[in-house]
Amino acid sequence: MISVKNLDKSFNGKVVLKDISVTFETGKTNLIIGRSGSGKTVLLKSIVGLHDIEAGEIWFEDTLFNKLSFENKKKIRSEMGMLFQGSALFDSLTVEQNVQFPLDMFTNSTNEEKQERVNFCLKRVNIVNANKLYPAELSGGMKKRVAIARAISLNPKYLFCDEPNSGLDPITAILIDELIKELTEEYSMTTIINTHDMNSVMEIGEKIIFISDGIKNWEGTKHDILTSDCESLNDFVFANALAKKLRSASK
Amino acid sequence: MIRFLTQFGRYVMLLKKVFSKPEKRGVYYRQTMKEFVNLGLTSIGIIAIISFFMGAVITLQTAYNTENPIYPKYLIGLGCRDSMILEFSSTIAALNLAGKVGSNIAAEIGTMRFTEQIDALEIMGINSASYLILPKLIATLLFNPVLTLIAIIVGIFGGGIAGTLSGVITTENFIYGIQYAFIPYYITYSLIKTVFFAFIITSVSAFQGYYVEGGSLEVGRASTKAVVFSSVLILLFNVILTQLLLS
Repeated sequence: MISVKNLDKSFNGKVVLKDISVTFETGKTNLIIGRSGSGKTVLLKSIVGLHDIEAGEIWFEDTLFNKLSFENKKKIRSEMGMLFQGSALFDSLTVEQNVQFPLDMFTNSTNEEKQERVNFCLKRVNIVNANKLYPAELSGGMKKRVAIARAISLNPKYLFCDEPNSGLDPITAILIDELIKELTEEYSMTTIINTHDMNSVMEIGEKIIFISDGIKNWEGTKHDILTSDCESLNDFVFANALAKKLRSASK
Repeated sequence: MIRFLTQFGRYVMLLKKVFSKPEKRGVYYRQTMKEFVNLGLTSIGIIAIISFFMGAVITLQTAYNTENPIYPKYLIGLGCRDSMILEFSSTIAALNLAGKVGSNIAAEIGTMRFTEQIDALEIMGINSASYLILPKLIATLLFNPVLTLIAIIVGIFGGGIAGTLSGVITTENFIYGIQYAFIPYYITYSLIKTVFFAFIITSVSAFQGYYVEGGSLEVGRASTKAVVFSSVLILLFNVILTQLLLS
């Protein structure tokens, strides 16, 4: 479980997040949704410690994460996996070297054991016969899947995904969403996903928070989202014509 | 002034991170070996070409400027040797390496920053500054002196070839000249300068790349800044080190 309490974040005096409080539950896919520029990525990066926050608390179970030193954060960070918007695979390493990288850095396993784990992770995300390829030789969907394989190579307790299906076609996007949900349940991880894709919200969103202009405006489940009376949420959810028609029909 | 001090403070903080204890020595060792190839071995060609022609030009210029019977011919070889050892092998080679290696380091690390690869390292709990910069520093600090020695040898060889082929000096005179009044300390002086210059090139370029904010345009700017700042610092430290080591 990850708890955020009264989080404030600003850049050069410009307030980006204000008084955010939320609890992300274990074994569930927790979604942060909102328009582009609403502060979703800043919130996610603040939670994982890539941004220092001005005020507030970030708890990983019973550890106050944001007050730890870089060295003390290492233990919790070794339990994190993160999928970045652009995949963030290391260009100079092959697919298998990318997945093996966390194992090289944090385990004392033999080469055979590491290779076995790499093959397992790649197979789990349906990447076959691509071990020796470099990231530049992969499609967008494959890059995302390799990044997921790297993120789960150390059996993380926490998985963070920043726009996991941005830039992907609808079918690949659904496959990535389903993969993340399956892995979350399989490893009982606390998963937090940033997205503005309503398909993802309706497919895998178990707990959802909506951010608008740096403020948490709404919190609920995918079942509540269609019947909410939060105006800014409705503007976001029913932004396209098809959604508006569906809403009118359901009324 | 405040901006300069802020930047200098960030540079010192970065170096502090770079010189912290490595997470896994084996991984750092492998990374250092890669950097020996990327930053060192791949620079041999350009250094050899530049040094060869530098040596050739120094020999010809010395010859044309000492066309006087009172100057013995072997001075041409001596001039080529001392110019190559004292200045060209270390300073001119360093300025060239600032362009080749410095821009490479700034662009590589800068691209890693804006494609979130550095964030990915941090998330894993890896000291990204140390992982990315320390192997490059070790590789250049150890390999640039080798490049300097290559530059000296190839430069003097180039001088000999140019001198004899153009007929301005005989091979015997040139060899006598490069052996005449040789001061071994000049080699030490040159190698000491090279080590300082290697540190400047690598750390300044890495600093420019590591703190890139934005996209490809900023990476390009960081790369240019890396070359400009490294070059200026090399010239500044050349004066300081020469005064300290030769006075």
